[in-house]
Amino acid sequence: MKRPELISPAGTSAMLRAAIDAGADAVYCGFQNATNARNFAGLNFSPEELRAGIDYAHSRGGKVLLALNSFASAGRFGLWQEAADLGAAFGVDAFIVADIGVADYIARNHPQCRLHLSVQAGASSPEAINFYCQEFGVRRAVLPRILTIPEIRQLRDEIPCEIETFVFGNHGLMVEGRCSLTNYAVGISTNMDGACSPASKVRYERDERGYVSAWLGDHVIDRFAPDEQAGYPTICKGRYCVSGRSDAFYAFEEPVSLNLMEMLPALVEVGVDALKIEGRQRSRAYVGKVVGSFRKAIDAVVTGKAPDLVDLLAFTEGHKQTQGAFKTKKWR
Amino acid sequence: MAAKLTLGPIQFHWDADVKRDFYARIADESPVDIVYLGEVVCSKRTPFFERYIPDVVERLERGGKQVILSTLAEIILPRERALTSSLCSDSNHMVEINNAAGLFAIKDRPHCIGPMMNVYNERTMAHLARRGASHFAVPTELSGGVIARMAAAGIELNAAIEVQVFGRAPLAISMRCFHARSHRRSKDECQFVCGEDPDGLEIATLGDERFLTINGVQTMSHGFLNYAQEIDHMLAAGVKHFRLLPHSADMVAVATVFSDLIASRIEGGAAMERLADQVVGPFINGFWHGAAGHQYLGKVQAVTP
Repeated sequence: MKRPELISPAGTSAMLRAAIDAGADAVYCGFQNATNARNFAGLNFSPEELRAGIDYAHSRGGKVLLALNSFASAGRFGLWQEAADLGAAFGVDAFIVADIGVADYIARNHPQCRLHLSVQAGASSPEAINFYCQEFGVRRAVLPRILTIPEIRQLRDEIPCEIETFVFGNHGLMVEGRCSLTNYAVGISTNMDGACSPASKVRYERDERGYVSAWLGDHVIDRFAPDEQAGYPTICKGRYCVSGRSDAFYAFEEPVSLNLMEMLPALVEVGVDALKIEGRQRSRAYVGKVVGSFRKAIDAVVTGKAPDLVDLLAFTEGHKQTQGAFKTKKWR
Repeated sequence: MAAKLTLGPIQFHWDADVKRDFYARIADESPVDIVYLGEVVCSKRTPFFERYIPDVVERLERGGKQVILSTLAEIILPRERALTSSLCSDSNHMVEINNAAGLFAIKDRPHCIGPMMNVYNERTMAHLARRGASHFAVPTELSGGVIARMAAAGIELNAAIEVQVFGRAPLAISMRCFHARSHRRSKDECQFVCGEDPDGLEIATLGDERFLTINGVQTMSHGFLNYAQEIDHMLAAGVKHFRLLPHSADMVAVATVFSDLIASRIEGGAAMERLADQVVGPFINGFWHGAAGHQYLGKVQAVTP
């Protein structure tokens, strides 16, 4: 059975080393600017740090994938161009891209580099993936977290490139790369600025009854009872009211993390080429524990053994986990 | 190239009869130049209106409107793939493409790029123009400064830029149906409950703010995007096409206001007053000004590229 690559987030140099040490085959990371979809303060790599990180990974047989997966708005293209040139000079093992212009730039100027299609491109059909393969020679597509296992199986037979799926972490349920909710709420664009629900716009307010309101900009995204743990105000994971329902409810999705550890045998059997863990904004401890657990589980599955199902609930959002769309269409 | 007023695809699930009557009135009475036709939000809705499309196209063309067929924004299921391929093989009409699957299907035949195609920069425009794109409806979240640069690039590429100037702003799309979810149903068992809300289902925050609008798998703004006060900046920046999104309001009246604006027969302030008579609002224009999209900012200085 083919052994899929395990891809780990690396938000910092320390996380990169922890991921490689814990058995990741590759890490993905970004520069400290809008060129990637996790443009958070205190996160990501300076050019020097990236060069050192690549040395560390390469010397241990690991790969480094550079995320250039936000969208370059007109007038700012130079930032993406510079990031691509630096990444190529440093010898990154692949670029993860979503913007057609960025893909075009790398395909023309650095044709020796591998291109991976980011989940931010929202390519969820064979035709869409084939478009990027045909135009830019994309070698791998990261699939949106909205496909069932049978749909992945069918898709892989109809495309010429490798496929990568998420197995753990944030469970975004809007089509990635097609969401302007943060820009609508606070004037910072997830697509163009690389930040969804940025921490700089978040505040918590406790009222006299002990209820905690979680605000994003001018908007109350959720309110927590005194006995509830307050969560992060992500717009698509807040509680809202609609006419016709008396209760405030999670109109889009509950705060919950994806965890496909139990489905690893099915994913390996389908022939997925790479399994990805989300969470560049998380800690070194998160990477060590989650990567280590998945490393063992994948190695067990490919040698025909049952994976040891480690309890990763402590590392999930709101301490809740789901198999989301991968398991059943009912999720839709 | 003269400025043109366009009517984007109906985002909501209206009854087929309502749609037919709506387009008949658009054909006969509205000053709209171009009509985009087709379901872009949810493929489950398509069978209801499909058989009326040839008649509606004919009626609109008889009324002097150019008809462009729009593709779905999200394409996963076999029926969605088949629908897109068949639309893209229609050689009688221009197609507006909202998903990369459509780009693959259209090959190098001339086509339009829809607002869901994520065209954010000149280089993306140039690439798509080389493969036959002749028109770009830009993402709704873009600021005036970015749009002005894209309009300048469009002149080089001989491609027009289109901007939504009226209607709730489409903000996100999902595989999950939020309309069904709000009625405790799954998408497969939705019973087309989205049809009960002709302008979408409003949702409010726990801070009593009317915040967003649910439309099946789509999420839209609560406020109505309204760029009446920005039209002169857009014209100066080289934007040539101005898109209205259909609502249950009197769209002939709305179109007439924007037509008067584009032709400089009225000023922005007067247009705002006339639009306030048609739509309960509130209005929003933050995106154009590079601010939070839910805001309405007063008239500000012209945007320079």
